[in-house]
Amino acid sequence: MTPNLESALQTDTVFRTDNLDIYYGSFKAVRDVTMEIPKNAITAFIGPSGCGKSTVIRCFNRLNDLIKSFHIDGKIFYKGQDLYASDVDPVEVRRQIGMVFQKPNPFPKSIYDNIAFGPRLLGYKGDMDELVERSIKSAALWDDVKDKLKSLGTDLSGGQQQRLCIARAIAVQPDVILMDEPCAALDPISTLKVEDLLQELKENYTIVIVTHNMQQASRSSDYTAFFNVQANEKGQRTGYIVEYDRTEVIFQSPKHKATQEYVSGRFG
Amino acid sequence: MALATDNTQGMSWHRTATSRFLDKGFFWLTAAFGIGVGIILLAIAFQVGRDAIPSIQKFGLGFLTATRWNPVEDIYGAWTQIYGTLVTSFMALLLAVPVGVGVAIVLSEDFLPPRLQKPLVFMVELLAAIPSVVYGLWGIFVLAPLLQGPAMWFYKTFAGVPVLGSLFSTPPTGRGVYIAGIILAIMILPIISAISRDALVAVPLELRQAAYGLGASRWETLFRVIIPAAFSGIVGGVMLALGRAMGETMAVTMLIGNSSNPSPSLFAQGSTISSLLANQFAEADGLQVSSLMYAALVLFGLTLLVNILAELLVSRVKLKM
Amino acid sequence: MTSQDFSLSSGRSLKRSQMSFKTLFSNVMTGIAFACAIIALIPLVALLYYLLINGFARLGPQLFTQLPPPPYQPTSPQFNTGGFGNAFIGTLMTVGIASAISIPFGVFASIFLSEFARDTKLADSINFFTNVLSGVPSIVMGVFAYGAIVLTTKSYSAMAAGVALAVLMLPTIVRTATEALESVPKELRQAAFGLGATNYQTILGVVLPAAIPGIITGVMLGVARAAGETAPVIFTALFNNFWNLDPWKPTATLSALVFNFAGTPYKNWQQLAWSAALVLVALVLIANILSRWITQRKR
Repeated sequence: MTPNLESALQTDTVFRTDNLDIYYGSFKAVRDVTMEIPKNAITAFIGPSGCGKSTVIRCFNRLNDLIKSFHIDGKIFYKGQDLYASDVDPVEVRRQIGMVFQKPNPFPKSIYDNIAFGPRLLGYKGDMDELVERSIKSAALWDDVKDKLKSLGTDLSGGQQQRLCIARAIAVQPDVILMDEPCAALDPISTLKVEDLLQELKENYTIVIVTHNMQQASRSSDYTAFFNVQANEKGQRTGYIVEYDRTEVIFQSPKHKATQEYVSGRFG
Repeated sequence: MALATDNTQGMSWHRTATSRFLDKGFFWLTAAFGIGVGIILLAIAFQVGRDAIPSIQKFGLGFLTATRWNPVEDIYGAWTQIYGTLVTSFMALLLAVPVGVGVAIVLSEDFLPPRLQKPLVFMVELLAAIPSVVYGLWGIFVLAPLLQGPAMWFYKTFAGVPVLGSLFSTPPTGRGVYIAGIILAIMILPIISAISRDALVAVPLELRQAAYGLGASRWETLFRVIIPAAFSGIVGGVMLALGRAMGETMAVTMLIGNSSNPSPSLFAQGSTISSLLANQFAEADGLQVSSLMYAALVLFGLTLLVNILAELLVSRVKLKM
Repeated sequence: MTSQDFSLSSGRSLKRSQMSFKTLFSNVMTGIAFACAIIALIPLVALLYYLLINGFARLGPQLFTQLPPPPYQPTSPQFNTGGFGNAFIGTLMTVGIASAISIPFGVFASIFLSEFARDTKLADSINFFTNVLSGVPSIVMGVFAYGAIVLTTKSYSAMAAGVALAVLMLPTIVRTATEALESVPKELRQAAFGLGATNYQTILGVVLPAAIPGIITGVMLGVARAAGETAPVIFTALFNNFWNLDPWKPTATLSALVFNFAGTPYKNWQQLAWSAALVLVALVLIANILSRWITQRKR
């Protein structure tokens, strides 16, 4: 399926997938994903539970490699390079493509050390204090934590923890930030703060976000992919893309009935 | 104790007196046993302490530093045994901790396919349950003869070296402190690896993912995130193992040589508090019994200290995870 | 902020670099970890190997029915008589006494912990003491029983050893029984209370039976451990070269026999020690496998 995104996509493509099928063992979790994700924009994945949107996003930084039975058919290109080529180092991939998870997962270390973790891995030789401050400021967390950089990251509130995790991802200056339902565990006010942050971040980063929250997708994203799930005769549920387009098209004039029903809240 | 009556209040209006009596009686019966479990520790301390009084009065704290254990002249001091207990235990830790943590890492990461990993984990747990006397038997007939050659080489090579040489200053025989230390290392290895593995496995998956997501490799993740997060659990396991090593009796008694002469050499024959107790209790009387009780009290106190520390560390991990 | 000032991450190749320090470090560490695993396995495999080879050499029914042979007896097959029947009975007797004391004690204590005092400070501290008790060296239990029983009755006895082993088994039984009782679903209790059952009727009639598999698991592990324990036995039950069924008299046990015979220069006694050790390890193995089987079937 080729998204009809006109000129916008021709500018710069960060990810391109080509007939991507994702398997766990013999179980096909997602099928036929063909899409292009544009640079410096926010692309949202929406869809009902079990439709494979998180599975797809985790292929973009090869985090699924940690699951033994996982394998793919088809191709994923990142800036023209085949992500799953045999000579590609998944560790290197993850250094360039950051990730923020559903549940805030700061390390049980100080706020400062959480941010400095990634740069230290990379052997960063510059001014670490300055980098930490800059990253925290980018994540709109500086005013909350500037006086307590030495206290534990795990002692922050849920919303602050999640912004800390975003700051931690930013600190290694990745090209892309993947976000797997980053607001699912947050209260509405923290959620709004993170959404504001997304708008600021997109000037420098390409963002792919999985979300359950349709308002969030319609408010924050530039492009939206709607995933659905289909069960075969054996009861195995396989996810696929129904429609992928500019966000206003998906939410105002979708071409598929399933999309229309989902975004108007009739199922899912 | 209000808990006990919660369930019965609502129906008590047509209960017979017997039924209510039985209910109350049952509660107090279980309470007595429950609290009884808690105070056994005190009962042990009290019993052993009381029987040790004559020796405590006679030798006082000097008992801990005096090196003579002489039943013929009825003069007792336990420093040789305390020293032997500490040396064998620390030697065992020195050998077993790195290997045990290594095993725990192999068994907690996904290096091995589950089909191989599960039986290995079970085997490690099983080995922790093999009776000490069996290790001793194996030590006498297999390990001790095997160690003779290497020990002799060590003696010839290092005995003349200053400072370090004093550890190897006597010729090795078929029994000695070093064999006891090595058998203890083998015995506590399963404890260290089982508890360390539990602590490593208990580190939340999210932390692992966070590290991988930032581009850390497996070993970077282990060293910078997982091991620090599991650290207090691992230390707790090591402390439990230390407690076990200090109190371990049979294998040590069978291999250490049971000499009461103090010597800094690992190749010399020696004794530990527990081997002293095992050897002498059956034939002791009078002040010797009391002095053995005193020695047992020292061992009890040492292991209690180590175990309470371990328990606090391990339970803190459980709370955090 | 721009990404040019951070030259480390952006614009780098995704390729794996075989020669880098990091790859080398990972490979070396993996090698070391596996070396540890192998170093750990060697003595343990060797232990089981020698145990099987030497233990089976003399295995037969006569082991369990005959008294130990005189020393110096040649070890050729026609002289392959004698066993450790008395020690086997003695182990059954001491462990039996220990079970008779520690099972009711432990089960009642865990009923209190799980049914009446759950999540209270009191239960927390009892659990703490139980855990600390399980770390007390077994020889100290022996010293305790020596002081409490041998000194008062002025005789070594199976009873004294039984008391020492009972204290030893208690923490295992309390811990597993409490876990088993706590995992009985709340609905079962409510159902019984809803039918008008009293506390003890509910607990003894409904909760306890539901927890039996878990309790049996703990008892088996405790029994296997107690049977192999030697330190608390050698100066409480002492030893006995003959049959004895009187709990107030000195008694042989398998574990004490291993200790006593291993230290002798007589080949036939050494062989008996190996066979007794094999029996003890088999007991531990069976108890562990059975308990695992029971807990897995429950899930």
